[in-house]
Amino acid sequence: MLTKRIIPCLDVRNGRVVKGKKFDDIIDVEDPEILGKYYSDMGADELVFYDITASNEKRGISLDFVEKVAKKINIPFCVGGGVKTIDDFVEILRKGADKVSVNSAAVKNPDLIKEAAEKFGNQCVVLSIDAKKTDANIWHVFINGGRTDTGIDVVEWAKRGCGLGAGEIVVNSIDEDGMKKGYDIELLKRITDIVNVPVIASGGAGEMKHFYDALKEADVDGVLAASVFHYKEISIKELKDYLKNKGIEVRI
Amino acid sequence: MNVIVDYGLGNINSVQTALKIAGIDTVITDEIEKIINADFVLLPGVGAFRDAISLLKEKGLDIAIKKFADTGKPLVGICLGMQLLYDKSYEYGEYEGLGLISGEIVKLEKEKKIPHMGWNNLIIKKEDTLLKYIKPDDYVYFVHSYYAKSSNDEMLAYTEYGEIIPAIVRNKNVIGFQFHPEKSGQVGANLLKALGEMINDYISSN
Repeated sequence: MLTKRIIPCLDVRNGRVVKGKKFDDIIDVEDPEILGKYYSDMGADELVFYDITASNEKRGISLDFVEKVAKKINIPFCVGGGVKTIDDFVEILRKGADKVSVNSAAVKNPDLIKEAAEKFGNQCVVLSIDAKKTDANIWHVFINGGRTDTGIDVVEWAKRGCGLGAGEIVVNSIDEDGMKKGYDIELLKRITDIVNVPVIASGGAGEMKHFYDALKEADVDGVLAASVFHYKEISIKELKDYLKNKGIEVRI
Repeated sequence: MNVIVDYGLGNINSVQTALKIAGIDTVITDEIEKIINADFVLLPGVGAFRDAISLLKEKGLDIAIKKFADTGKPLVGICLGMQLLYDKSYEYGEYEGLGLISGEIVKLEKEKKIPHMGWNNLIIKKEDTLLKYIKPDDYVYFVHSYYAKSSNDEMLAYTEYGEIIPAIVRNKNVIGFQFHPEKSGQVGANLLKALGEMINDYISSN
């Protein structure tokens, strides 16, 4: 049976991992490939790297980490952050990533999804959506790092993104991000009800039950988290044991 | 010489790295002579069947691969590379494959999420030296929207996703993996290790 995926997320700036200073059992936790390998060994099913390098001219160099990660780990990984053009896809995939995630640029130019899916296949194209609740049971798509309300309904955008060829949807809840009170189950449910591609929950994980709730109640295909893994509040192994005991199919 | 066929699609580097770790040194090439005279040929693949088969034909690589297969030496296809080994595919039309394994490539059942993406378990159907390091229900990483439909005579192991999905197939020296062993962690490494041993056995016995 297809298992649910546990996905640690790493922010990378200028080729270095931003969070994760609290690791003391690996030597240089700022190296994306070392931290990536560590998570892979711990049982992560997949990794996501967001390149948050601010300046554009440094980006080319910054993405060198993708190549190092590809050499070091043998599980799939996705790279996102600032992806704007088909050339960005080409560069990231050529360096060895399995998937590329697009966010703001896809909202501004939805054809980017279509073009990328036709060129590289749906499985390479991940649509990452920053969602914020704007009214009772209404969520809007926000762009530019969550600063700009596009007025677009999240569920509609997810549906459209799939129609254009996105092979996976990552739903980041701006409201829940960093709150550690759990994923936005209502929002996730609306999306898993309507799309026919894998959906990944992001934003809000604080304890093991939160992962279970998203996987069970919202029936997402994967759960993404950063700080609970980086600060070792939850280990991937104990999380997987917990989920398995509760009847969720995971790869152990 | 061990060869990875380069026909301009997909990321070949991670396959090459994984093979190297398994003790299989390879060269990446699109030269017909090198392919025909290789000891082992790997056909990678990411993308659509139509594009892949037309690129292979454009370069005459389809004929080279078939000639190589006739020598009886091991030929391995991964993911789309496996699908190319079959007679025909219905992805975006109807396209003829290499015809080294009988069967057709058809779309996955619509009730399931497509692509079939993630870790799924291998169920062993037939014992084979390739599976010697594989335990029942080991997980491997799949990413595909089409699968091989056939008599399943060639099936060594399968997974379930709405249908029986052939995961490891073998028709004599022609072998296919529907999943990505190079992305399947330790289980994938174990499979490639067995493959490496098989290739070495073949070379030393000929």
